[in-house]
Amino acid sequence: MRVIAERFVVCILAFVVLFAVSLLAATTLNAAPFDDALLRFTTDDYSDTDPAIGEIAATGHAMAAPVISALRDGRLMFSAATKKVFIREADGRLLDAATGQPVATSPVPAPADLAMVRLNNRLRRTVDAAMGALTLLAPDPTIRLQAAQAVFKSRDAAALPTLDAALAKETLPRVRKVLNEARAAAILFSEGASESDKVDAIVVVRDRGDQDALGLLSSLPATTPALVARAARDALTAMQQNLALWNAVQNFWYGLSLGSVLLLAAIGLAITFGVMGVINMAHGEMVMLGAYTTYVVQEIIRTRYPWLFDYSLLMAVPLAFCVAGIIGIGIERTVIRYLYGRPLETLLATWGISLILQQAVRTIFGANNREVGAPSWMSGSFEIGQISITYGRLWIIVFTGVVFVALLGLLRLTRLGLEMRAVTQNRTMAASMGIRTKRIDALTFGLGSGIAGIAGVALSQIDNVSPNLGQSYIIDSFMVVVFGGVGNLWGTLVAALTLGIANKFLEPYAGAVLGKILILVFIILFIQKRPRGMFALKGRAVEA
Amino acid sequence: MIAALVTRLGDRGTAIMVLTLMAFAVLVPILNLVVPPSWPIHVPTYIVALWGKYLCYALLALSIDLIWGYCGILSLGHGAFFALGGYAMGMYLMRQIGTRGVYSHPILPDFMVFLNWKELPFFWYFFDHFWYAAIMVVLVPGLLAFVFGWFAFRSRVTGVYLSIITQAMTYALLLGFFRNNFGFGGNNGLTDFKDILGFNVQSGGTRNALFAISCVALILGFLMCRAIITSKLGKVLIAIRDAESRTRFLGYRVESYKLFVFTLSACMAGVAGALFVPQVGIINPSEFAPANSIEAVIWVAVGGRGTLTGAVIGALLVNYAKTYFTSGFLAPYWLFLLGGLFVMVTLFLPAGIVGAYRKFMAQRRERAAVAAAEAASPVPEARPAE
Amino acid sequence: MDKETLTTNSLLYLDGVTVSFDGFRALNSLSFAVAPGEMRAIIGPNGAGKTTMMDVVTGKTRPDEGDVMFDGAHDLTRLDETQIAMLGIGRKFQKPTVFDMHSVEDNIRLALKHDRSPRGTLLWRDSSEEQDRVAAILDTIRLNKIRDRVAGSLAHGQKQWLEIGMLLAQEPKLLLVDEPVAGMTDAETRETAELLKEINQHKTVVVVEHDMSFVRELGVKVTCLHEGSVLAEGTIDQVSENERVVEVYLGR
Repeated sequence: MRVIAERFVVCILAFVVLFAVSLLAATTLNAAPFDDALLRFTTDDYSDTDPAIGEIAATGHAMAAPVISALRDGRLMFSAATKKVFIREADGRLLDAATGQPVATSPVPAPADLAMVRLNNRLRRTVDAAMGALTLLAPDPTIRLQAAQAVFKSRDAAALPTLDAALAKETLPRVRKVLNEARAAAILFSEGASESDKVDAIVVVRDRGDQDALGLLSSLPATTPALVARAARDALTAMQQNLALWNAVQNFWYGLSLGSVLLLAAIGLAITFGVMGVINMAHGEMVMLGAYTTYVVQEIIRTRYPWLFDYSLLMAVPLAFCVAGIIGIGIERTVIRYLYGRPLETLLATWGISLILQQAVRTIFGANNREVGAPSWMSGSFEIGQISITYGRLWIIVFTGVVFVALLGLLRLTRLGLEMRAVTQNRTMAASMGIRTKRIDALTFGLGSGIAGIAGVALSQIDNVSPNLGQSYIIDSFMVVVFGGVGNLWGTLVAALTLGIANKFLEPYAGAVLGKILILVFIILFIQKRPRGMFALKGRAVEA
Repeated sequence: MIAALVTRLGDRGTAIMVLTLMAFAVLVPILNLVVPPSWPIHVPTYIVALWGKYLCYALLALSIDLIWGYCGILSLGHGAFFALGGYAMGMYLMRQIGTRGVYSHPILPDFMVFLNWKELPFFWYFFDHFWYAAIMVVLVPGLLAFVFGWFAFRSRVTGVYLSIITQAMTYALLLGFFRNNFGFGGNNGLTDFKDILGFNVQSGGTRNALFAISCVALILGFLMCRAIITSKLGKVLIAIRDAESRTRFLGYRVESYKLFVFTLSACMAGVAGALFVPQVGIINPSEFAPANSIEAVIWVAVGGRGTLTGAVIGALLVNYAKTYFTSGFLAPYWLFLLGGLFVMVTLFLPAGIVGAYRKFMAQRRERAAVAAAEAASPVPEARPAE
Repeated sequence: MDKETLTTNSLLYLDGVTVSFDGFRALNSLSFAVAPGEMRAIIGPNGAGKTTMMDVVTGKTRPDEGDVMFDGAHDLTRLDETQIAMLGIGRKFQKPTVFDMHSVEDNIRLALKHDRSPRGTLLWRDSSEEQDRVAAILDTIRLNKIRDRVAGSLAHGQKQWLEIGMLLAQEPKLLLVDEPVAGMTDAETRETAELLKEINQHKTVVVVEHDMSFVRELGVKVTCLHEGSVLAEGTIDQVSENERVVEVYLGR
């Protein structure tokens, strides 16, 4: 019985409050309250400014929005002597806050007398709420949406009547949703709302489910009834679980993105090291050359054919493949072919080549980072659930997938791929079958290098294009190839994604650097456990 | 026993090397301290410090040659052991600064005060004692090498795989030492040293003393390597290098041999790093950079791996060239030259300078022998094991 | 004989040994036994599993299934190469493997039975006893005159002998010899047969060989492998008359 009685009282109270508010609203058309409220700004007292903001918003006066936005931007001035309030325009003109007219030249207030209406943090929130309430009825739906979000964040109970009014008129579902959420937030922070309303409001806020909703529910006012507080706690737990899930999804996405970068950098190495067994320490420099090719392509486009800019990356891909591939073939023909069967010497010689390439690029392009721009279709982002997905990352993942599949197809389905596999598996036999093994060696190495060049095009979008670009990828690439198992493209894929995702899941706990160290230590230990990687070939072929 | 050791060590090359280094150790300080600067044979102090640094590099090269030239283990992470030895010495030198630091804190080094640390981390304890630091100089790199090698060699990680994971090891350490909260001064490292054993590290006398000590350390390192490679153990090492599984089937526990020589080599590198730091006055994480370790490998390759004199000569030669080139108008071309050196040596001079010289001498002797006795059989084209 | 007595009476005993590489069965439930003091020849076509069998016995490859017992007491599947070598099993590879950079003498010296720990070898000093042993072995393998030559410069046949000499220096109980006469002249082949018979007077020997005239010359029990298991066993005449052997290996 008592509960019902209590609710009854609360309902009555709520009704009274609502009535009072609507009474207030009814008087808004009157200009007098607006001028009165404006006058309160001139006292230079926070306790006067605070109610004045609400009152001005409540009048619905035509000048209410300009005044409050001027207040927010620190452009609202007052003269204590003349008790007048002005809006200072961006160009320095003064407008009369009461009328919106430029101030007549004759009684120009002395600048010394003009002072800014000051705000503190609490007031700033009031201002935002008032702005929100004012713009809830704007004709542009985007502005209405933003306004509703602002009210949700400000949790201002005073905005309730405006919210109700806006809801009554609103037809767009996505705006309605946010308006409802804003209303729920306002209810939860209003003194007068009933318990059942508050409980309903909690459901609305819970369904929103993001970080802001979480923040709102965890900072409910101390006066919140126990019943509501309990509902809020339950909702919080549910939301935290939900958010943890989204967090995991987000980490997974970042991991996938990092993994695809690793894969892109390592996949060429999977050919030269994995398939041919050549330790190419200059692999990273092939990536770098690809990135610089992109830079050159963009420079030419920027200066001569700016309308082609959106296609610059598409044009850079084949060029980067050719540049890196041809240089790769050059390296194979002049150095590496004399070192087959001597992996440690190959390692040292290719390191030397990497130094030469770095210095050559430094000499030509300078040591500084070069600017490589993103085409329009790669900038921006969209949202799925609680995570934001940038088009740049998405395209890199797609691109990696395409490169991987194309390479797989090349190796499986083409004559060149067949001959490559034949030469790797049994060189003498392949030679006796009429395959020109030396040519195949050069082409295989060129292919691996070319793919590294393609990787450079993609990496130019996410990394600094500098002569040191390659160095930062070489160790990671080797780790990926070795971890995945030499001579196995699928192993490389799994390894790259595993390492990328593991890295991103470790980062929140260990930090970026420590996470990377942990991964390195893990791989070092893993290689010692399984020296030939995850998907190792077994048998006599390995020994030979 | 000792007599046997002396006869075993005493070939002509060793004698020349040891005597030259001894002469250096005595003459250079005299030419710097006693001979007046106006004389043409006066050696300026900066040259003493420079060549002192080269000598430390030579000791590092020797340690790499011991495992690469004689046991076929190509470590691309020996710079890590060098740097760890250097850090151990740097920690001692840091604590010798005492209240003379910028913040005048009696215990904490400046960077810890700067980071608002209240007390010394436990791993900095006792580093104010020289003997403790000296033990750590050998122990820390040795222990890391032992643990790393124990895992790696027992699981038979060999060849390029081992090279790559040693590189990953030094890379991981590089990332770690760059962090401030690792407790070793972050990317600034340890510097602004004042005293070593009570002597001012900047003074000419100390510099000459450090130079002479580096000479002696190099001599001792050289003799130790010589003793090892002329022993039966040295023959086993070469056997492992040339036919690892054959050695295993003969009943040798290959991993124990590798572990022994790898750990020993890391300790040598640590000593080299410890002597390096007071002479250059700083140790920072860039010493862990993988490029440094590979560069040290190329010194050995240039001089001639599998020959101890080659390692020393290669280190001195390449570093002298580096100083010469990077200080003049040729500086932008140094990396071209260094890169070219890597390529040229592996392609055209696989046995290095000393190896090529020996081959040339062997061929000359051979021709003489053929001329003397017509029925001589062709002598192998092989690099003699010292 | 039941399994237990067979195990204890044999020097080497393989039972149901299976090894597969990526689905390919190199050994398929292979079982056979070698008695102490015996010389056994193993023949079979390429891919029959001869080398894999050697790998399993010497610890290079671990079998998926089956037992490999040595001297009745030691389970070889649990030991690694070094431990197996120390038990007294010596192996000569198909391709002669000697230490190319060492002299002939040093090759033998490294193989001699002595302390094989790093500490032992670091402090090792020559003795006249050891000199005599080395000289004796060099005489046996007929390489005494070129003892100072670097092993890498030896002719193919000389390398084969040097490797057999290293085997002898190890003083094993069991010698596994993989294709000892591959690439040898007829005269060298005959000499090698003599050498092996000489060795067999003191040691147990298992020879893997393709050369049927060589196997005939040895005149010992023959085991023919095919597809990873024993196809036939007996004297050379019995085996070469076996129809299946003729079909898969000798050819008609």
